[in-house]
Amino acid sequence: MTNALMIDFGSTYTKTIAVNMETEEIIGTSQAPSTVKDNIMIGLNEALDNLYRIIGETEFKYKLACSSAAGGLRMVAVGFVKELTAEAAKRAALGAGAKVVETFSYGLNDQELEEIIDLNPDIILLAGGTDGGNKEILIHNAEKIANCSLQKPVVVAGNKKVANKAGEILRNGKMDVTITENVMPDLNIINVEPTRSAIREVFMQRIVFAKGLDKARSFVDGILMPTPMAVLNAAKLLAEGTNEEEGLGELIIVDVGGATTDIHSVANGKPSDNAILKGLPEPFAKRTVEGDLGIRYNALSIFDLAGAEKILINAGISKDLKELSSYLKQVSSVTNKVPKNELEAKIDLGLARTAVEIAIKRHAGIIEEVYFPDGLIRIQKGKDLTDVKNLIGTGGVFAHGIYGYDILGSGIYDPKEPFSLRPKHPNIFLDSKYCLFATGLLAEVSPTIALRIAKKYLK
Amino acid sequence: MEKKKLVTGVLIDIHNIGLRILNMVLNASGFETIYIGARLTQEDFIRAAQETNADVILISSSYGHAEIDAQGMREKCKEVGLENIILYIGGNLVIGQQCRNWSEIEETFKKMGFNRVYASSVMPQDVIKDLRQDLGLV
Repeated sequence: MTNALMIDFGSTYTKTIAVNMETEEIIGTSQAPSTVKDNIMIGLNEALDNLYRIIGETEFKYKLACSSAAGGLRMVAVGFVKELTAEAAKRAALGAGAKVVETFSYGLNDQELEEIIDLNPDIILLAGGTDGGNKEILIHNAEKIANCSLQKPVVVAGNKKVANKAGEILRNGKMDVTITENVMPDLNIINVEPTRSAIREVFMQRIVFAKGLDKARSFVDGILMPTPMAVLNAAKLLAEGTNEEEGLGELIIVDVGGATTDIHSVANGKPSDNAILKGLPEPFAKRTVEGDLGIRYNALSIFDLAGAEKILINAGISKDLKELSSYLKQVSSVTNKVPKNELEAKIDLGLARTAVEIAIKRHAGIIEEVYFPDGLIRIQKGKDLTDVKNLIGTGGVFAHGIYGYDILGSGIYDPKEPFSLRPKHPNIFLDSKYCLFATGLLAEVSPTIALRIAKKYLK
Repeated sequence: MEKKKLVTGVLIDIHNIGLRILNMVLNASGFETIYIGARLTQEDFIRAAQETNADVILISSSYGHAEIDAQGMREKCKEVGLENIILYIGGNLVIGQQCRNWSEIEETFKKMGFNRVYASSVMPQDVIKDLRQDLGLV
């Protein structure tokens, strides 16, 4: 019998999923509060005890882990033109599973440098200039970063003509440097995969140690990637399939969490009607992170953004404001709170529907109608997701709650807002076992088995 | 020696065939053209020139409204640090161009900050000759 154990060291909970790779079934899941501050193994051992109570002591051929603990992977992206390499760098970092705490464009000044120091990112991503293009910006920003007090790993993904020189400047400033291919080697060509790999390498070699996660190395085969990267990998696998197993086709994954709501789309996003695509091309596998739409930490910011009426309509209840705002205040401070009655469950539904609606609108492309000399032309910016046929929800609200399908319904195309290119007629699925991170991890050793297991548990 | 780079495109309108032909001749003559498409804004040209460190922005406009569409181009270039970039514009720049005094049209666009102004009938070799002169290649 070949078993695999996948572990997610989350910021709140350490989760485990055990699978039998021969029967392609999940044999047990468990979780326990994460203990990153003390010793990560304490939380893991408690989760394992919980797991062994269900499945008995078990040998695992593979023990694979990902992590979003200790604040996740926090990055700063620095590029040149805001709409071009700065944006490309941000997308590459997001695609690597990072939380991009700030994006800077043009030459860094002293104030911005102070800001970067205050933000204290785990990794700095430095881009700028197409290959053979602007040389000054990468050198200027490398010098600025090298001469400041920050000692952080830097990934250089800019103009190849000066990337080595920028690397040398940073190394002279005692920074740990990884040089990779340009995120935008030519205009309107975005090349994020080499940067994703470089960031992942730095994460595995350096960040894992920096966050005290290395203590798990005695048990696991390695903390392979940030958790969001595991989810994005799962998304790509589910969409594209393998040689042995068909994928689902283009899809969107909605990950509603306590701190953020993330959207992953695996779709080419080309115009489905006669619209003209403008702006920087978006990655086939695109991830956005809405740090103001977590349904616990940001319950009050969702309220500020959308208003009480919207949340109450989405909750399908009609109650006075006091009960709503008192629950929101509660959950934003007791962030692991689960609803204890129907009213609270409904408010969570309202919060989640609102968060999903806003998050998907931000993620999906838009249409603008502009008059040109030859008449009214539809200009598309971003991805056209109207024809995407699969919408999947992952996260505690989908795995443990009862309103999963209702929540995802708010992410669908709205004829009253025809310019927002959300999916029109998707099949809706729930990640009922909260196992997408495990799919992304298991795909490292056996993509086909990982895919078949994931498909089995999508409801 | 590195090739001189030109960002080329069509400002606002869609007529790009002439420009595509010009680009082919420019590329064959030792320049590097970075064609960014049609239905463009001024900012599209400028961002492309910044990121690619282009030497020249070459704008094509063929529906007769370039005098309005290209207003402020040189000022924007200065604002973003491209004060010395060479700006060329060509095409059917004004309505009824064939019936108007070409020197007046040329003067209008030169006052707007364009280094060279061409009618749509210009031959590629004349553009190349001007480029070589303006870029110090002769």
